[in-house]
Amino acid sequence: MKTQPTKLTEAAVTPEAVYLNRRQYLKASALGLGAAAFSGASQAADDGQLSDPAPLWMKTQLNESTASPFSTNEALTPYEYVTGYNNFYEFGTDKSDPEKYGQGFEPHPWSVMVSGAAEKTGTFDLEDVLKGLSVEERIYRLRCVEAWSMVIPWLGVPLSSILARYRPLSRAKYVVFETVYRPEQMPGQRAFFNAIDYPYVEVLRIDEAMHPLTLMAVGVYGRSLPNQNGAPLRLVVPWKYGFKSIKSIQKISFVEQRPKTTWERANPREYGFFANVNPKVSHPRWSQAEERRLPGSLFSANRIPTKMFNGYANEVASLYQGLDLSVYY
Amino acid sequence: MRYFLASKGFWLVLGAPLYYVLYQIGQVLWVRPGALGPDPAQALVTLLGEIALWMLILVLSVTPLRKVFQLLRLHGQRRAMGIACFGYALLHWLAYAALLLEWQWATLGDDLLKRPYISAGFLAGLILLAMAATSNDWSTRRLSRRWRQLHRWGYLAAALVILHVFWIARSNFFEIVIYALIVAGLLVVRWPWFIQKIKMIKDV
Repeated sequence: MKTQPTKLTEAAVTPEAVYLNRRQYLKASALGLGAAAFSGASQAADDGQLSDPAPLWMKTQLNESTASPFSTNEALTPYEYVTGYNNFYEFGTDKSDPEKYGQGFEPHPWSVMVSGAAEKTGTFDLEDVLKGLSVEERIYRLRCVEAWSMVIPWLGVPLSSILARYRPLSRAKYVVFETVYRPEQMPGQRAFFNAIDYPYVEVLRIDEAMHPLTLMAVGVYGRSLPNQNGAPLRLVVPWKYGFKSIKSIQKISFVEQRPKTTWERANPREYGFFANVNPKVSHPRWSQAEERRLPGSLFSANRIPTKMFNGYANEVASLYQGLDLSVYY
Repeated sequence: MRYFLASKGFWLVLGAPLYYVLYQIGQVLWVRPGALGPDPAQALVTLLGEIALWMLILVLSVTPLRKVFQLLRLHGQRRAMGIACFGYALLHWLAYAALLLEWQWATLGDDLLKRPYISAGFLAGLILLAMAATSNDWSTRRLSRRWRQLHRWGYLAAALVILHVFWIARSNFFEIVIYALIVAGLLVVRWPWFIQKIKMIKDV
């Protein structure tokens, strides 16, 4: 398919000065100072959204974050869109619902239940899950299965460093993640008519889970995760479609046999287990060859070609060697 | 009120969604670039499609309203409503082709052939086009019996539109089921058997 060269509008490009100020911005916002240096976040700061409700230990840990070589230098999607336009069906199916209906959610205190084929299992306070791990800032592309994408500065720790703490046994072949089930705080979970079953379940192969790119995020844009983005703990698997990056994780288990994921159960023809970003494998109803990099403008939707494994092929292609990706999508 | 429903002023009502759309575009261009969110082209396409669907529901409800409530005044506006429905459907398609696909003809063709929801929507659009093009007095007289036959295709267009909406949905099925029930209801009440029953109940 022929595509036109990407036309970048002014709004879509972050000025270099702003980009270079990012580190300072992170420190400043963590100290509760203004974040006016940063265009995307300045509006949020004005609205007072940057007053971080996270507990002190988490803020301290976020404040000590370091930059990661895995980061892209593409223009960031502004804070107001990262936190105001996303899918989190537990809070509603409209893109603005998570922000609108996520405010009553209480992410603290939080504990994570670890079970299955590991030496150390049990229920652990989030503080202990993260204790001593150094938080990195990673700017990743996020490609939604709906053919739009964003560039997001996550804060988190490599998932492998968390999983290693529980010493998975060699027979553990998959890692299962489960979102919290709190219908009283999550209106989508008590909706009369649901497209999917709750609690939401996602699964990674153990080698995918241990891959250095796989991140357990605890923050975004220099602060802890807002509720609508999966507070207090969410997965970020940048080479897979967004729905693999499960939010508000409360259970992790190591298993030998892989259970079906939520979307696989809902519609196996459209959503495979792997869900690797792949421009050559269409969603049955729409093409995945291109994506709209958000924000777009009215007269320039900012369409760009989608890259294999969302541009992370060098890092992850070896995981799928010999696998027919049109069959195992 | 009754007079207004039958007057040319009714176009103000049919045009109201258009003023809203133009207001939103103005907002995006000159006031607040984020007024339609980070994906304004997609938002506009969806909005215009929804308006076209409401118009379709409106025009389909005229006959049942007349049969049940003797709302004759509105009946005289069927043509205007049909043309408005086609107009919004056309704007919906133009926004999709120009803003979302930026006139990439290869992609337009691909979508049309490979994406059933696009095919269904496009086919419905063609039917609406044929109906709008023959909605003038001259065509009505000229085609006479065949005009009625042609305009019965509108019911097929309605079914195709529902299919179009249903096939693109990923999650908001509840909304779509409601739309589908409304359209199905409006088609069923046209069924002679159903009209007969209504008459019997009324006569009692």
